[in-house]
Amino acid sequence: MDLTLKIWRQKDKNSAGQLVTYPLMNISPDMSFLEMLDVLNEELLVKGEDPVAFDHDCREGICGMCSLFINGRAHGPERGTTTCQLHMRHFNHGDTITIEPWRAAAFPVHKDLIVDRSAFDRIQQAGGYVSVNTGGVPDANEIAIPKTIADKAFDAATCIGCGACVAACKNASAMLFVSAKVSQLAMLPQGKVERKTRVENMVAQMDVEGFGACSNTGACAAECPVGISLDNIAMMNMEYLGAKASSENI
Amino acid sequence: MNWFTKTFSSTIGRKIIMSVTGLFLCSFLVVHLVGNLTLFYQDGGEAFNIYSHFMANNPVIRTMEIVLVLGFLFHIYDAIVLTRRNKAARPVGYAENHPQENSTWSSRNMGLLGTIILVFLLVHLWNFFVPARFGELEGVPNAEYTNLYAEVVKAFKNPIYVGLYVISMIALAYHLIHGFQSAFQSLGLTHKKYTPFIKTFGVAFSVLISLGFALIPLYFFFFVNL
Repeated sequence: MDLTLKIWRQKDKNSAGQLVTYPLMNISPDMSFLEMLDVLNEELLVKGEDPVAFDHDCREGICGMCSLFINGRAHGPERGTTTCQLHMRHFNHGDTITIEPWRAAAFPVHKDLIVDRSAFDRIQQAGGYVSVNTGGVPDANEIAIPKTIADKAFDAATCIGCGACVAACKNASAMLFVSAKVSQLAMLPQGKVERKTRVENMVAQMDVEGFGACSNTGACAAECPVGISLDNIAMMNMEYLGAKASSENI
Repeated sequence: MNWFTKTFSSTIGRKIIMSVTGLFLCSFLVVHLVGNLTLFYQDGGEAFNIYSHFMANNPVIRTMEIVLVLGFLFHIYDAIVLTRRNKAARPVGYAENHPQENSTWSSRNMGLLGTIILVFLLVHLWNFFVPARFGELEGVPNAEYTNLYAEVVKAFKNPIYVGLYVISMIALAYHLIHGFQSAFQSLGLTHKKYTPFIKTFGVAFSVLISLGFALIPLYFFFFVNL
Protein backbone atom coordinates (compact mmCIF):
# COMPACT_ATOMS: atom_id res chain seq x y z
CA MET A 1 0.00 0.00 0.00
CA ASP A 2 1.06 3.58 -0.63
CA LEU A 3 0.82 6.15 2.13
CA THR A 4 1.37 9.82 2.82
CA LEU A 5 3.00 10.47 6.18
CA LYS A 6 2.88 13.78 8.01
CA ILE A 7 5.51 13.54 10.71
CA TRP A 8 6.55 16.02 13.40
CA ARG A 9 10.19 16.91 12.84
CA GLN A 10 12.09 18.82 15.50
CA LYS A 11 15.88 19.07 15.59
CA ASP A 12 16.26 19.25 19.36
CA LYS A 13 14.69 20.46 22.59
CA ASN A 14 15.25 24.12 21.86
CA SER A 15 14.32 24.21 18.17
CA ALA A 16 10.88 24.85 16.75
CA GLY A 17 9.38 21.86 14.98
CA GLN A 18 6.93 21.33 12.14
CA LEU A 19 4.97 18.63 10.34
CA VAL A 20 6.85 17.33 7.29
CA THR A 21 5.13 15.29 4.57
CA TYR A 22 6.72 12.09 3.24
CA PRO A 23 5.26 9.84 0.55
CA LEU A 24 5.92 6.14 1.23
CA MET A 25 5.32 3.37 -1.35
CA ASN A 26 4.90 -0.40 -1.24
CA ILE A 27 4.18 -0.89 2.45
CA SER A 28 3.05 -4.41 3.36
CA PRO A 29 -0.14 -4.66 5.44
CA ASP A 30 1.67 -7.29 7.54
CA MET A 31 4.23 -4.77 8.77
CA SER A 32 3.95 -3.25 12.20
CA PHE A 33 3.68 0.53 12.42
CA LEU A 34 7.28 0.80 13.63
CA GLU A 35 8.53 -1.42 10.78
CA MET A 36 6.80 0.97 8.41
CA LEU A 37 8.77 3.82 10.02
CA ASP A 38 11.95 1.70 9.72
CA VAL A 39 11.33 1.50 5.97
CA LEU A 40 10.89 5.27 5.80
CA ASN A 41 14.11 5.79 7.75
CA GLU A 42 16.08 3.50 5.41
CA GLU A 43 14.86 5.56 2.46
CA LEU A 44 15.81 8.78 4.25
CA LEU A 45 19.29 7.43 5.05
CA VAL A 46 19.85 6.44 1.41
CA LYS A 47 18.86 9.95 0.41
CA GLY A 48 21.29 11.34 2.97
CA GLU A 49 18.54 12.86 5.14
CA ASP A 50 18.24 12.71 8.90
CA PRO A 51 16.08 9.68 9.88
CA VAL A 52 12.97 10.19 12.01
CA ALA A 53 13.78 9.66 15.70
CA PHE A 54 11.20 7.62 17.61
CA ASP A 55 11.25 5.61 20.84
CA HIS A 56 11.01 1.82 20.77
CA ASP A 57 12.54 -1.15 22.52
CA CYS A 58 10.95 -4.58 22.95
CA ARG A 59 8.43 -4.25 20.11
CA GLU A 60 6.30 -6.83 21.97
CA GLY A 61 3.95 -4.39 23.70
CA ILE A 62 5.40 -4.91 27.18
CA CYS A 63 8.20 -2.40 27.71
CA GLY A 64 6.28 0.89 27.37
CA MET A 65 8.98 2.56 25.28
CA CYS A 66 7.01 3.19 22.08
CA SER A 67 4.62 6.09 21.96
CA LEU A 68 3.35 8.18 19.01
CA PHE A 69 0.11 10.11 18.59
CA ILE A 70 -1.22 8.61 15.35
CA ASN A 71 -4.11 10.26 13.48
CA GLY A 72 -5.26 12.01 16.63
CA ARG A 73 -5.12 8.96 18.91
CA ALA A 74 -2.49 7.78 21.40
CA HIS A 75 -0.91 4.55 20.04
CA GLY A 76 -3.16 4.82 16.99
CA PRO A 77 -6.75 3.82 16.26
CA GLU A 78 -6.85 0.32 17.80
CA ARG A 79 -7.96 -0.14 21.42
CA GLY A 80 -5.67 -1.93 23.87
CA THR A 81 -2.70 -1.78 21.53
CA THR A 82 0.73 -0.24 21.75
CA THR A 83 2.17 1.37 18.62
CA CYS A 84 4.60 -1.53 18.15
CA GLN A 85 1.68 -3.98 18.10
CA LEU A 86 -0.31 -1.84 15.67
CA HIS A 87 -0.22 -3.31 12.18
CA MET A 88 -0.51 -1.58 8.84
CA ARG A 89 -3.54 -3.73 7.92
CA HIS A 90 -5.57 -1.29 10.02
CA PHE A 91 -4.80 1.41 7.46
CA ASN A 92 -5.81 1.70 3.83
CA HIS A 93 -3.98 2.29 0.58
CA GLY A 94 -3.77 6.03 -0.05
CA ASP A 95 -4.23 7.03 3.61
CA THR A 96 -2.61 10.12 5.04
CA ILE A 97 -1.24 9.36 8.51
CA THR A 98 -0.34 12.14 10.93
CA ILE A 99 2.30 11.18 13.49
CA GLU A 100 3.03 13.47 16.44
CA PRO A 101 4.90 13.14 19.72
CA TRP A 102 3.09 13.03 23.10
CA ARG A 103 2.18 16.61 23.98
CA ALA A 104 2.62 17.69 27.59
CA ALA A 105 4.61 20.35 29.40
CA ALA A 106 5.99 17.57 31.61
CA PHE A 107 7.09 15.56 28.53
CA PRO A 108 9.34 17.96 26.58
CA VAL A 109 10.19 16.89 23.03
CA HIS A 110 13.82 15.72 22.73
CA LYS A 111 13.91 15.20 19.00
CA ASP A 112 11.22 14.47 16.40
CA LEU A 113 8.85 11.97 18.02
CA ILE A 114 10.90 11.29 21.16
CA VAL A 115 9.74 12.92 24.37
CA ASP A 116 11.47 12.98 27.74
CA ARG A 117 9.34 10.85 30.08
CA SER A 118 11.70 11.00 33.05
CA ALA A 119 8.97 12.86 34.97
CA PHE A 120 7.43 9.39 35.40
CA ASP A 121 10.73 8.09 36.81
CA ARG A 122 10.85 10.90 39.37
CA ILE A 123 7.29 10.17 40.44
CA GLN A 124 8.21 6.49 40.89
CA GLN A 125 11.31 7.42 42.87
CA ALA A 126 9.18 9.58 45.15
CA GLY A 127 7.34 6.54 46.49
CA GLY A 128 6.62 3.81 43.97
CA TYR A 129 8.58 1.11 45.79
CA VAL A 130 8.35 -1.30 48.73
CA SER A 131 10.90 -2.08 51.42
CA VAL A 132 12.27 -5.62 51.24
CA ASN A 133 14.52 -7.29 53.81
CA THR A 134 17.74 -8.82 52.61
CA GLY A 135 18.50 -12.38 53.67
CA GLY A 136 17.06 -15.75 52.78
CA VAL A 137 14.50 -16.12 50.04
CA PRO A 138 10.99 -16.24 51.59
CA ASP A 139 8.73 -19.16 50.73
CA ALA A 140 6.28 -18.58 47.93
CA ASN A 141 2.78 -17.66 49.13
CA GLU A 142 4.08 -17.13 52.66
CA ILE A 143 2.00 -13.94 52.89
CA ALA A 144 -1.67 -14.73 52.39
CA ILE A 145 -3.30 -12.40 49.83
CA PRO A 146 -6.94 -12.89 48.81
CA LYS A 147 -7.29 -13.84 45.16
CA THR A 148 -9.55 -10.84 44.38
CA ILE A 149 -6.97 -8.44 45.82
CA ALA A 150 -4.10 -10.17 44.04
CA ASP A 151 -5.99 -9.88 40.75
CA LYS A 152 -6.76 -6.18 41.22
CA ALA A 153 -3.16 -5.41 42.23
CA PHE A 154 -1.93 -7.35 39.21
CA ASP A 155 -4.27 -5.43 36.89
CA ALA A 156 -2.80 -2.17 38.22
CA ALA A 157 0.73 -3.59 37.95
CA THR A 158 0.31 -4.19 34.21
CA CYS A 159 0.84 -0.43 33.64
CA ILE A 160 3.88 -0.16 31.36
CA GLY A 161 4.39 3.57 31.97
CA CYS A 162 4.18 4.53 28.30
CA GLY A 163 2.45 7.86 28.98
CA ALA A 164 -0.52 7.33 26.63
CA CYS A 165 -2.80 8.43 29.48
CA VAL A 166 -1.02 11.79 29.65
CA ALA A 167 -1.02 12.10 25.86
CA ALA A 168 -4.74 11.38 25.54
CA CYS A 169 -5.92 13.46 28.50
CA LYS A 170 -7.14 16.95 27.60
CA ASN A 171 -5.37 18.16 30.76
CA ALA A 172 -2.16 16.15 30.18
CA SER A 173 -2.86 14.60 33.57
CA ALA A 174 -0.79 11.70 34.89
CA MET A 175 -3.49 10.52 37.27
CA LEU A 176 -4.00 7.11 35.63
CA PHE A 177 -0.28 6.29 35.72
CA VAL A 178 0.25 7.50 39.28
CA SER A 179 -2.93 5.84 40.52
CA ALA A 180 -1.96 2.50 38.99
CA LYS A 181 1.33 2.60 40.89
CA VAL A 182 -0.25 3.84 44.12
CA SER A 183 -3.14 1.39 44.24
CA GLN A 184 -1.08 -1.61 43.16
CA LEU A 185 1.14 -1.19 46.20
CA ALA A 186 -1.58 0.04 48.56
CA MET A 187 -3.58 -3.14 48.04
CA LEU A 188 -0.77 -5.57 48.85
CA PRO A 189 0.53 -6.36 52.35
CA GLN A 190 4.11 -5.69 51.17
CA GLY A 191 3.13 -2.12 50.36
CA LYS A 192 1.61 -1.26 53.74
CA VAL A 193 4.89 -0.03 55.28
CA GLU A 194 5.15 3.10 53.13
CA ARG A 195 1.46 3.31 52.32
CA LYS A 196 0.70 6.83 53.57
CA THR A 197 3.94 8.59 52.66
CA ARG A 198 3.91 6.87 49.25
CA VAL A 199 0.68 8.46 48.07
CA GLU A 200 1.55 11.82 49.63
CA ASN A 201 4.97 11.97 47.97
CA MET A 202 3.96 10.59 44.60
CA VAL A 203 1.04 13.02 44.26
CA ALA A 204 3.26 15.91 45.38
CA GLN A 205 5.86 14.95 42.76
CA MET A 206 3.14 14.61 40.11
CA ASP A 207 2.06 18.18 40.85
CA VAL A 208 5.66 19.46 40.82
CA GLU A 209 6.22 17.94 37.36
CA GLY A 210 3.39 20.10 35.97
CA PHE A 211 0.84 17.48 34.96
CA GLY A 212 -2.80 18.61 34.87
CA ALA A 213 -5.64 17.59 37.16
CA CYS A 214 -8.20 14.86 36.48
CA SER A 215 -11.49 15.84 34.80
CA ASN A 216 -12.77 12.25 34.81
CA THR A 217 -13.25 12.28 31.05
CA GLY A 218 -12.03 8.67 30.93
CA ALA A 219 -9.88 9.35 27.85
CA CYS A 220 -6.83 7.88 29.62
CA ALA A 221 -8.42 4.52 30.35
CA ALA A 222 -9.96 4.38 26.87
CA GLU A 223 -6.57 4.89 25.23
CA CYS A 224 -4.48 2.86 27.71
CA PRO A 225 -2.84 0.00 25.80
CA VAL A 226 -3.10 -2.34 28.80
CA GLY A 227 -6.56 -1.29 30.00
CA ILE A 228 -5.76 0.30 33.38
CA SER A 229 -9.10 1.09 35.03
CA LEU A 230 -10.38 4.45 36.29
CA ASP A 231 -11.12 2.65 39.58
CA ASN A 232 -7.44 3.15 40.37
CA ILE A 233 -7.90 6.93 40.28
CA ALA A 234 -10.83 6.70 42.69
CA MET A 235 -8.74 4.50 44.96
CA MET A 236 -5.79 6.90 44.86
CA ASN A 237 -8.00 9.87 45.73
CA MET A 238 -9.34 7.97 48.73
CA GLU A 239 -5.79 6.92 49.70
CA TYR A 240 -4.60 10.50 49.37
CA LEU A 241 -7.34 11.97 51.52
CA GLY A 242 -6.92 9.24 54.14
CA ALA A 243 -3.15 9.71 54.22
CA LYS A 244 -3.41 13.49 54.47
CA ALA A 245 -5.87 13.18 57.35
CA SER A 246 -3.88 10.62 59.33
CA SER A 247 -0.19 10.53 58.38
CA GLU A 248 2.57 11.80 60.68
CA ASN A 249 3.78 14.28 58.06
CA ILE A 250 2.73 17.78 59.03
CA MET B 1 1.85 26.24 54.00
CA ASN B 2 0.52 23.91 56.63
CA TRP B 3 -0.64 20.38 55.79
CA PHE B 4 -4.26 21.46 55.43
CA THR B 5 -3.72 24.19 52.82
CA LYS B 6 -1.15 21.96 51.08
CA THR B 7 -3.72 19.18 50.80
CA PHE B 8 -6.45 21.35 49.37
CA SER B 9 -4.20 23.20 46.95
CA SER B 10 -2.94 19.98 45.39
CA THR B 11 -4.63 18.84 42.19
CA ILE B 12 -6.47 16.04 44.01
CA GLY B 13 -7.38 18.32 46.91
CA ARG B 14 -8.91 20.86 44.56
CA LYS B 15 -10.88 18.13 42.82
CA ILE B 16 -12.19 17.03 46.20
CA ILE B 17 -13.38 20.59 46.85
CA MET B 18 -14.99 20.63 43.39
CA SER B 19 -16.82 17.38 44.20
CA VAL B 20 -18.04 18.34 47.65
CA THR B 21 -19.20 21.81 46.59
CA GLY B 22 -20.71 20.38 43.40
CA LEU B 23 -22.79 17.83 45.29
CA PHE B 24 -23.80 20.51 47.79
CA LEU B 25 -24.96 22.73 44.92
CA CYS B 26 -26.95 19.74 43.59
CA SER B 27 -28.82 19.59 46.91
CA PHE B 28 -29.51 23.32 46.57
CA LEU B 29 -31.03 22.71 43.12
CA VAL B 30 -33.48 20.21 44.62
CA VAL B 31 -34.65 22.67 47.29
CA HIS B 32 -34.88 25.52 44.78
CA LEU B 33 -36.86 23.45 42.28
CA VAL B 34 -39.31 22.17 44.90
CA GLY B 35 -39.95 25.77 45.96
CA ASN B 36 -40.38 26.93 42.35
CA LEU B 37 -42.97 24.26 41.71
CA THR B 38 -45.39 26.41 43.77
CA LEU B 39 -45.53 28.58 40.62
CA PHE B 40 -47.73 25.90 39.07
CA TYR B 41 -50.48 26.54 41.67
CA GLN B 42 -53.36 28.36 40.01
CA ASP B 43 -53.74 30.82 42.88
CA GLY B 44 -52.49 34.08 41.44
CA GLY B 45 -49.08 33.53 43.02
CA GLU B 46 -50.14 33.29 46.66
CA ALA B 47 -48.29 30.03 47.38
CA PHE B 48 -45.17 31.28 45.61
CA ASN B 49 -45.19 34.64 47.42
CA ILE B 50 -45.57 32.92 50.79
CA TYR B 51 -42.68 30.62 49.89
CA SER B 52 -40.42 33.46 48.74
CA HIS B 53 -41.31 35.48 51.84
CA PHE B 54 -40.29 32.52 53.99
CA MET B 55 -37.00 32.10 52.08
CA ALA B 56 -36.14 35.77 52.47
CA ASN B 57 -36.88 35.97 56.20
CA ASN B 58 -36.27 32.62 57.85
CA PRO B 59 -33.01 32.80 59.90
CA VAL B 60 -31.99 29.21 59.06
CA ILE B 61 -32.41 29.90 55.34
CA ARG B 62 -30.50 33.16 55.70
CA THR B 63 -27.61 31.33 57.33
CA MET B 64 -27.62 28.63 54.67
CA GLU B 65 -27.56 31.40 52.09
CA ILE B 66 -24.05 32.30 53.26
CA VAL B 67 -22.95 28.65 53.03
CA LEU B 68 -24.47 28.51 49.55
CA VAL B 69 -22.57 31.59 48.39
CA LEU B 70 -19.36 30.06 49.75
CA GLY B 71 -20.18 26.81 47.93
CA PHE B 72 -20.52 28.68 44.65
CA LEU B 73 -17.37 30.74 45.24
CA PHE B 74 -15.19 27.73 46.08
CA HIS B 75 -16.58 25.76 43.13
CA ILE B 76 -15.92 28.62 40.70
CA TYR B 77 -12.55 29.59 42.15
CA ASP B 78 -11.17 26.05 42.06
CA ALA B 79 -12.57 25.56 38.55
CA ILE B 80 -10.59 28.61 37.39
CA VAL B 81 -7.38 27.52 39.17
CA LEU B 82 -7.65 23.97 37.78
CA THR B 83 -8.49 25.11 34.26
CA ARG B 84 -5.47 27.41 34.18
CA ARG B 85 -3.27 24.60 35.45
CA ASN B 86 -4.71 22.14 32.94
CA LYS B 87 -4.15 24.51 30.04
CA ALA B 88 -0.56 25.08 31.16
CA ALA B 89 0.01 21.31 31.26
CA ARG B 90 -0.28 21.20 27.46
CA PRO B 91 1.21 24.38 26.00
CA VAL B 92 1.55 22.86 22.51
CA GLY B 93 -1.53 21.06 21.21
CA TYR B 94 -1.92 18.34 18.59
CA ALA B 95 -2.25 19.09 14.89
CA GLU B 96 -4.77 16.26 14.70
CA ASN B 97 -6.80 15.07 17.67
CA HIS B 98 -9.96 12.98 17.94
CA PRO B 99 -11.05 13.16 21.59
CA GLN B 100 -14.61 12.17 20.65
CA GLU B 101 -13.21 8.63 20.22
CA ASN B 102 -12.35 8.34 23.90
CA SER B 103 -14.54 10.71 25.94
CA THR B 104 -17.90 12.47 26.01
CA TRP B 105 -18.38 16.07 24.87
CA SER B 106 -19.77 17.21 28.22
CA SER B 107 -16.83 15.74 30.16
CA ARG B 108 -14.43 17.81 28.04
CA ASN B 109 -16.44 21.04 28.21
CA MET B 110 -17.34 21.42 31.88
CA GLY B 111 -15.70 24.86 31.94
CA LEU B 112 -17.76 26.11 29.00
CA LEU B 113 -20.97 24.66 30.47
CA GLY B 114 -20.14 26.12 33.86
CA THR B 115 -19.52 29.54 32.33
CA ILE B 116 -22.96 29.51 30.67
CA ILE B 117 -24.50 28.58 34.02
CA LEU B 118 -22.55 31.37 35.75
CA VAL B 119 -23.75 33.99 33.25
CA PHE B 120 -27.30 32.75 33.75
CA LEU B 121 -26.85 32.81 37.52
CA LEU B 122 -25.81 36.47 37.49
CA VAL B 123 -28.75 37.49 35.27
CA HIS B 124 -31.07 35.37 37.38
CA LEU B 125 -29.88 36.95 40.65
CA TRP B 126 -30.25 40.40 39.17
CA ASN B 127 -33.81 39.64 38.01
CA PHE B 128 -35.23 37.97 41.10
CA PHE B 129 -32.87 37.78 44.05
CA VAL B 130 -31.81 41.43 44.16
CA PRO B 131 -35.34 42.93 44.04
CA ALA B 132 -36.74 40.28 46.40
CA ARG B 133 -33.95 40.67 48.93
CA PHE B 134 -33.35 44.39 48.79
CA GLY B 135 -37.03 45.31 48.82
CA GLU B 136 -37.95 47.07 45.64
CA LEU B 137 -41.09 45.03 45.17
CA GLU B 138 -44.70 46.03 45.43
CA GLY B 139 -46.63 44.72 48.39
CA VAL B 140 -49.63 42.46 48.14
CA PRO B 141 -52.87 44.01 49.51
CA ASN B 142 -53.84 42.65 52.94
CA ALA B 143 -50.73 40.44 53.17
CA GLU B 144 -47.37 40.83 54.87
CA TYR B 145 -45.41 39.53 51.87
CA THR B 146 -44.33 41.26 48.65
CA ASN B 147 -45.31 40.29 45.14
CA LEU B 148 -42.32 38.44 43.66
CA TYR B 149 -44.80 36.47 41.56
CA ALA B 150 -45.47 39.61 39.49
CA GLU B 151 -41.73 39.84 38.72
CA VAL B 152 -41.72 36.19 37.64
CA VAL B 153 -44.64 36.70 35.27
CA LYS B 154 -43.03 39.83 33.83
CA ALA B 155 -39.66 38.11 33.27
CA PHE B 156 -41.17 34.98 31.76
CA LYS B 157 -43.09 36.99 29.18
CA ASN B 158 -39.75 38.20 27.82
CA PRO B 159 -38.72 35.82 24.98
CA ILE B 160 -35.00 36.69 25.32
CA TYR B 161 -35.03 35.82 29.02
CA VAL B 162 -37.02 32.62 28.43
CA GLY B 163 -34.55 31.64 25.68
CA LEU B 164 -31.55 32.30 27.93
CA TYR B 165 -33.25 30.36 30.71
CA VAL B 166 -33.92 27.29 28.57
CA ILE B 167 -30.45 27.27 26.98
CA SER B 168 -28.89 27.58 30.44
CA MET B 169 -30.95 24.66 31.72
CA ILE B 170 -29.72 22.52 28.81
CA ALA B 171 -26.17 23.51 29.79
CA LEU B 172 -26.99 22.64 33.40
CA ALA B 173 -28.24 19.20 32.33
CA TYR B 174 -25.00 18.41 30.50
CA HIS B 175 -22.91 19.89 33.33
CA LEU B 176 -24.66 17.61 35.82
CA ILE B 177 -24.67 14.52 33.60
CA HIS B 178 -20.89 14.53 33.79
CA GLY B 179 -20.50 16.29 37.12
CA PHE B 180 -22.78 14.18 39.31
CA GLN B 181 -21.11 10.81 38.78
CA SER B 182 -17.72 12.48 38.38
CA ALA B 183 -17.99 13.89 41.92
CA PHE B 184 -18.28 10.40 43.37
CA GLN B 185 -15.30 9.25 41.29
CA SER B 186 -13.18 12.17 42.54
CA LEU B 187 -14.13 11.40 46.13
CA GLY B 188 -13.05 7.79 45.61
CA LEU B 189 -16.57 6.53 46.17
CA THR B 190 -16.70 3.84 43.51
CA HIS B 191 -17.68 0.24 43.90
CA LYS B 192 -19.19 -2.27 41.54
CA LYS B 193 -22.13 -2.60 43.93
CA TYR B 194 -23.32 0.99 43.75
CA THR B 195 -21.43 2.85 40.98
CA PRO B 196 -23.85 1.67 38.23
CA PHE B 197 -26.72 3.05 40.34
CA ILE B 198 -24.92 6.39 40.88
CA LYS B 199 -24.36 6.72 37.14
CA THR B 200 -27.99 5.96 36.23
CA PHE B 201 -29.34 8.09 39.05
CA GLY B 202 -27.02 10.96 38.04
CA VAL B 203 -28.35 11.05 34.49
CA ALA B 204 -31.99 10.87 35.66
CA PHE B 205 -31.34 13.54 38.29
CA SER B 206 -29.66 15.87 35.78
CA VAL B 207 -32.41 15.57 33.20
CA LEU B 208 -35.31 15.83 35.65
CA ILE B 209 -33.93 18.82 37.57
CA SER B 210 -33.08 20.76 34.42
CA LEU B 211 -36.38 19.85 32.78
CA GLY B 212 -38.27 20.89 35.91
CA PHE B 213 -36.61 24.31 35.92
CA ALA B 214 -37.00 24.80 32.16
CA LEU B 215 -40.72 23.94 32.17
CA ILE B 216 -41.58 26.89 34.43
CA PRO B 217 -40.62 29.76 32.06
CA LEU B 218 -42.04 27.83 29.10
CA TYR B 219 -45.32 27.33 30.98
CA PHE B 220 -45.56 31.03 31.79
CA PHE B 221 -44.54 32.13 28.32
CA PHE B 222 -47.04 29.98 26.48
CA PHE B 223 -49.90 29.27 28.87
CA VAL B 224 -50.27 31.99 31.51
CA ASN B 225 -52.27 34.99 30.35
CA LEU B 226 -52.79 38.01 32.51
